[in-house]
Order: sequence, then structure tokens, then C-alpha cells
Amino acid sequence: MNNTEYKGVFVFAEQRDRKVQKVAIELIGKGKELAKELQTTVTAVLLGTDMEDEAKRLCYCGADNVIYVNDEMLDVYMTEPYVYALNQIVIDKKPEIMLFGATAIGRDLAPRVSARVHTGLTADCTGLTIEPDSDEPEKLNLMMTRPAFGGNIMATIACPNHRPQMATVRPGVMQAAKYSEVNPVNVEEYKINIPKECKNVEILEVTKIIQQRMNIEDAKILVSGGRGMHGSENYAVLEELADLLGGTISASRAAVDAGWVPKDRQVGQTGKTVRPNLYIACGISGAIQHLAGMEESEFIIAINKDETAPIFDVADVGIVGDIFKVVPLLIEELKKEKVSR
Amino acid sequence: MNIVVCIKQVPDTTEVRLDPKTNTLIRDGVPSIINPDDKAGLEAALRLKDEIGAHVTVVSMGPPQADAALREALAMGADEAVLVTDRAFGGADTWATSTTLAAAINNLKYDLIITGRQAIDGDTAQVGPQIAEHLKLPNISYAEDIKIEGDSIIVKRQYEDRHHLIKAKLPVLITALTELNDPRYMTPGGIFDAFREKKVAVWTLNDLTVDTSNIGLKGSPTKVKKSFTKGAKSAGKLFNLEPQESAELIVDKMKEKFII
Repeated sequence: MNNTEYKGVFVFAEQRDRKVQKVAIELIGKGKELAKELQTTVTAVLLGTDMEDEAKRLCYCGADNVIYVNDEMLDVYMTEPYVYALNQIVIDKKPEIMLFGATAIGRDLAPRVSARVHTGLTADCTGLTIEPDSDEPEKLNLMMTRPAFGGNIMATIACPNHRPQMATVRPGVMQAAKYSEVNPVNVEEYKINIPKECKNVEILEVTKIIQQRMNIEDAKILVSGGRGMHGSENYAVLEELADLLGGTISASRAAVDAGWVPKDRQVGQTGKTVRPNLYIACGISGAIQHLAGMEESEFIIAINKDETAPIFDVADVGIVGDIFKVVPLLIEELKKEKVSR
Repeated sequence: MNIVVCIKQVPDTTEVRLDPKTNTLIRDGVPSIINPDDKAGLEAALRLKDEIGAHVTVVSMGPPQADAALREALAMGADEAVLVTDRAFGGADTWATSTTLAAAINNLKYDLIITGRQAIDGDTAQVGPQIAEHLKLPNISYAEDIKIEGDSIIVKRQYEDRHHLIKAKLPVLITALTELNDPRYMTPGGIFDAFREKKVAVWTLNDLTVDTSNIGLKGSPTKVKKSFTKGAKSAGKLFNLEPQESAELIVDKMKEKFII
């Protein structure tokens, strides 16, 4: 394989209900950094229907170019038509790097594309850097760092001899680039004839999980409860604290498995990665699987009875104490603060 | 109906710990289990066997000790087991693993292939969709519920914020979530049968039709450059105060950080 033919950083711009997902914007942000080191450009690939405005928005979010495929078959995600389209784009445009969000769509799509293209794919990356190849220093490779063994170890993986170098990236880990409507709009409408044989499945029904509460990945402040909360009825106090601070509640896996909190609130390796400005961990011991999902938070306050709890290893402020005593008093103090302003 | 279930033997990662001196994984004494998503996939196959009749074959690629996982699957009720093992398969990434497994499945009859969504040691979730690609089959990932209707399968497919109810004609590959079911236990009779009546077929490189440049470490596009333990960020301050003092301290810290 002649690697030098492959140029540019490509980002798959995932859409749902014809809206580009946040993770795509994060990937563009990271893609720009990588492209700068490689002295190349970032191209966002958007597959869908009637998404001209969203294609433009991708440029405002930092993409140098957008390849937009407007096709009925791509409106709602289906594996095979998407794989067909992306494979054509890879063959035609020859990107050297291709990034996907590690979402329920990205983690289905990327493996199939990598298998069809015959290239390497690294899953759920949390770090991406460019480094010269150890054997051929003029060749620059993508170094993909990811957690494995439930977050116990980190591995750095390269794909030296195949192109594109593909990775899925955990949502919430990379920083989005600045939005600016001054950025030039550069959208290529790309035509593909997707054969009918690609459509082997039929979507009978779409049911949305209605979220009444703020998405934990978007929240600036999270009040998180774990096993130490002892029951769902005790979350009311955390809700009150979260409301007072303008945030929302989240939970550890133990609390989700116990049925106290719905799954969409779960932070950690098998839940969501969050990095709010403030993370308050209440009654969470801090298993490595949990820490993997929240340790990038700006500021972490942990309240736990057990002073040997590993959560204190990552907490900026650790309070050894009883959550059922401390949290209500904290609510009192915050209320007083509000009145005094 | 013929169902092939791919299972992986994995270390129980909830019990894997780090050696604080050498910063390496302590795997001694860590039990090996059937990967949880795969076990749910196996249970789903066994339920179809109970309901509509099916021949269930379990396949695992791994070292000889993966035999134990296959015996467990047989003791749960699988009809046949195949261990795909050869030094040539070692060190494989997901591309090489899926190529090898697809070659093994090519030797079997199938209407439905079930893999787990992801293995808890590698956490990639790639091998299932890649097997489907190699076999040129449709795949439906993240199955939370499945139903057979005539020559089709209906799958409730999970996304972060929604479900799709998807219908596909067999043959198809699905990747199973632990949410599918609660796997059954082995029965004492099943365990006897698994060791006395039933056999685990052992297939090596010679039994598969596969391009040797696409398997094992050499056939893997990705290379692990280094692995290391995560350096924890430096700990902050620990306070052991009266509840009222704790509350006041937290408020002060929030003010300091301009959170309030």
C-alpha cells in the first residue's frame, strides 16, 4: 500500500433526526489539531437527507471541507447503506485518518467500514497524537491511546501500514473547536448510487427514550450518587442540590444496577464520559471503571464515609463524612448564599 | 434452524487489579469467565432452541484453556462446540480475529450468528460487525430483544436515546447485549454430558480456508506500541470535619472556583 497517496483527516459527522451530533463537533476540534501537525485539512462527511444547513454548520464548527451525500437511503441510520457510502468515499478521496464517535452508530459503522477497506481500527480512543514512524521517521503515524481491561490499563496503538488509520473516539473526551460564522463554507454535494441490495433490513418502529432531565454529558454541574445513597428515595436530596446549582444528577453503576437511577444517568466505563465544571461524588467509592468516566472533570468534590475510598485519589476536595448529614447542611448554606446576593 | 454463537473466554475484569510496585496487571488467580454479552447471546440462542427448535453451535477462538468456556456452554445446553486454536492465530487484532472466525463459521451451517456486543477485556465491539462484513451478511448490533417470525428476525436495537425495531431476513448476524436476558445456570446433568457425551471439536489452521497473511499478529493492521497503567492525577486535600464545617468548606471552595 502506498501510504503517501492518502491525505487529509476525515471525520464522520453523525446525525440523528437530521441534526449533527455533538460528538462530530468534538471530532472536528481534535481533527483540526491533527491536521495542523500533518499540514493538511479536516473534511467532515455528512450522510443524510435535507441537511444543507447542517452541512454549512459543520464549516462554522471548524471543518475545512464538507462532503455531503444527500440520499433517501441515508436518512435514518442503517448499517449497510452507510458502509457502502463511506467505503466509496474512502476509495475515491483516500483520507489518511478517519475518525468516528464511539456511539451506538459509530461503533457499528466503523468496524464494518474498516473490514471492507481492510485497514486497522482502534476503539474508544481517549488520546490521539501524531508521531514519526519508528522505522521510517519521514512517515507520520496516528498514535491512538485507549483504555482496556475495564479502564485498568491504557494502550497506545498504531496502524503503520494500512490507510486510512481509523479510530472511534469516546464522546465527551475531545474539545470542540470554536464556532464561527466567519469560517468559509466549503460543501461538496457528493453523489453516490447506493444499490438497492444494500437495504436488507427494514425499520418497523422508532421509539425515543424521553429524557425529562438534562443530558449528563451537557451538564456543567453534576451531583452524582453511588451505593452509599442506600436507595432511590434518597436521591431527592441530590436533586435538590443539583437544582440549586443549576446542574443535574448522575450516578455510579452500582446505583444504576440497583435500579435507583435510570441507565442514561450512569457515569463510567460502561456509561457516559463526563467532564463538567464541577462533579460532586456522594457515596461513590471510586472504582476505576467509574473514575474513567469522570476524572477529567474540572473540579471534583467527594463526600464519603470511608477515608480510604479511591475516589479521594482524584478529588480536589475530599470530605470524610456522612452524606446524609453534610448534603442537607450544604443545601442550607447554598440557600443562605443565594439570599445574601 | 442453525445458530452459531461466538463466545470469548475473558478474565473477570472486575477482579483484575494493578500491582502498585510494577504497575502491571495482576492476573494470577483471576477467574476466567464467558464474556457476559456473549453469555447473553448464548442464552438467547438456547431460548430459541427451547421455543422453536434450533441446533446451537458455539465457537471460540483462543488458547487451549478456552475449552473450559466451551464446556460451560455445552453444559448450559449448546449442541456442538468448536475450539479454533493455533499458534498462528495468536496476537490477532480485531481484523485478524474476525477473519479467522469468519473462516471457521464458513465451515458450519448457519441461519443466525450471534456474538456479544463487546468483550470486557478488549472493549472494542468490533469483531461482530467485522465477521458480518467478511461473510457478506447484514448485521444488527446492540440487540436488546429478539424474535423469530418465519424466515425473518425482529430485533429491538438499542441506541443511546432510542430503540429501532428492525426486521431482517435470515441469515443475519446480531450482537447481543446483557440486557437481552438472564443466562441460565448449568445443570448437573448438563455438566456430565458436557464432559462425557459431547465433544469439543478442535480446529487448527489446517481446518480453515484462510489467507495466512490475514491472521494472527502478522495479519493485524493495528500494532500495540505500548501499554501502561493510568497515572492517577494528584490527590487534592482530604478534610475530616464536623458536618456543618464540611458544608461551609464546600461553599467556600465553590466561591473560590467561581462556581457560585
